[in-house]
Amino acid sequence: MDSILFIIAAVAAIGCGLNLVLQKHPISSALSLIGVMSSLALLYLLLGAEFIAMAQMIVYGGAVMVLFIFVIMLLNAGAEKRSDKSLFAQIAGFPLLAVLVVLLAFLIRETPFPSKISQVQFGSWVPGGSAEAIGMQLFSKFLYPFEVVSVLILIAILGAVVLARKEID
Amino acid sequence: MSFFLIVTLVKIALVFAVFMTTLAYLQWVERKVLAHIQSRTGPLRVGPHGLLQPLADVFKLLTKEDLMPPHANKFFYLLAPFIAVSLALVSISVIPFGPEVSVWGGKTFMEIGGLNVGILFILAVGAISVYGIALAGWSSNNKYSLMGGLRSSAQMISYELPFTLVIVSPLLLANTLSFRGIADSQAGYYWDFIPRWSIFQLPFPQIFGFIVFMIAGFAETNRIPFDLPEAENELVAGFHTEYSSMKFACFFMAEYANMVTIACVATTLFLGSWHPLFPAPYSDWVPSLVFVGAALWLFLQSGKIGRKGDHITFPLFGIAALGFAVIFAIPFLQTYLVPIFWFASKAGFILFTYIWIRGTLPRFRYDQLMHFAWTFLFPCALINLLLTALMVALFPEQK
Repeated sequence: MDSILFIIAAVAAIGCGLNLVLQKHPISSALSLIGVMSSLALLYLLLGAEFIAMAQMIVYGGAVMVLFIFVIMLLNAGAEKRSDKSLFAQIAGFPLLAVLVVLLAFLIRETPFPSKISQVQFGSWVPGGSAEAIGMQLFSKFLYPFEVVSVLILIAILGAVVLARKEID
Repeated sequence: MSFFLIVTLVKIALVFAVFMTTLAYLQWVERKVLAHIQSRTGPLRVGPHGLLQPLADVFKLLTKEDLMPPHANKFFYLLAPFIAVSLALVSISVIPFGPEVSVWGGKTFMEIGGLNVGILFILAVGAISVYGIALAGWSSNNKYSLMGGLRSSAQMISYELPFTLVIVSPLLLANTLSFRGIADSQAGYYWDFIPRWSIFQLPFPQIFGFIVFMIAGFAETNRIPFDLPEAENELVAGFHTEYSSMKFACFFMAEYANMVTIACVATTLFLGSWHPLFPAPYSDWVPSLVFVGAALWLFLQSGKIGRKGDHITFPLFGIAALGFAVIFAIPFLQTYLVPIFWFASKAGFILFTYIWIRGTLPRFRYDQLMHFAWTFLFPCALINLLLTALMVALFPEQK
């Protein structure tokens, strides 16, 4: 059951990812990205990280992607047109792709696998996915990065205010 | 088949049937209440007092011609109402309607599925459901629809902020994210008569938070005074201008389903869920008394000269109310029905407020709407959260 759900979510994530690149219309691509986010949330849920799954849906599936769609709708962007392939892509495209595939294969072969490989199981993520566990981790072990990120967000907000501020006469 | 599976299927069927009936009749109630606010009679022709009007509306919507605008983006045009209605209907599944009860020799909770992140689930579904409206507006290829869709997404993003912030305060008081935990934390009474509902709880009177929640909830469901996405005098019908027949009904149903969900969430977070207003030996008899009172009123009214047929329908409704009074008085059924009665009456009061305000307030202007969200409601929610957090930290024992 767990592995069936895993396969469904993983295939959905990869399918949506491919669709994201292949679609011509920006709205279709954005919706495929929402599909990717939702499938990832499903995978998190499968690991028992229910809080992260819901946060993924609220923050990435909801807030971030609504902004994407909003901008696409506001600019009324049409379907993109295929341009002729650039000279660089025509000459170096396939050789570079081959190099990438070989590199990836090499890396996968060299990576030492854990001695005991177990199947995906429901709730197999060790620290636990409850809001309580995550809060404890954030405010004890990861306090420093947490605070640094909040300062970073503050800088972003200040930047947005400066950019959006009306000129005062 | 296991006990769990059968019970869950029965619960899903029950909740779905009741929910759909509520959605259909909520519209009848809305039309009636609005009509009486404006000194009209409302629907009156189909059935006694227009009671069969929802059924007639369903048939009307089913048999209407299904138009497809020629320049619409077909896939997204068809996808949008589907997203809207399915997401609106799914959020009711995490709301608990009553305590743990025993049926057929087993124990079960009066809810479909209890998540321990139930409140986050509601927020996640709400965040995704913006796409239904945004896509409908965009794919119709109509400038009014597009404006409606854009307005709606901007409004829902803006009001999601105070909405989410103000939800945190009762969560702090309850110290859990699951709806059942929140409801359980509000059981009991101060000095045996003030219920320990979140709006009465001591660290900080949450009535302030409740009001902010309701205002943000109105905006989230695109209701008057925040119904800018479908402002008739500016946008024809907003994002659903190009929709007809069942596709229009989907948006309509989604709007009412969202209203019911917000009312249920408000009941659970702030109004003590199914816990009665005063302690149990007396509160168990309130439903029966209410129905007996309604029956008496109906019998008295039937004597007066009203419209044709009232002298038949009023006593009939009175007898039905007496029947309900008897059902609510049976001790065996009381364990199931009394919590549902309290939950439904609180949620019903909030839904009535929705309609009441629709009959009372005019619509905001668009800049007023945004200004209100960002410069008034958001700081209010933030202050409420900070004060609640401070009080919870200072007096942890009073929770």
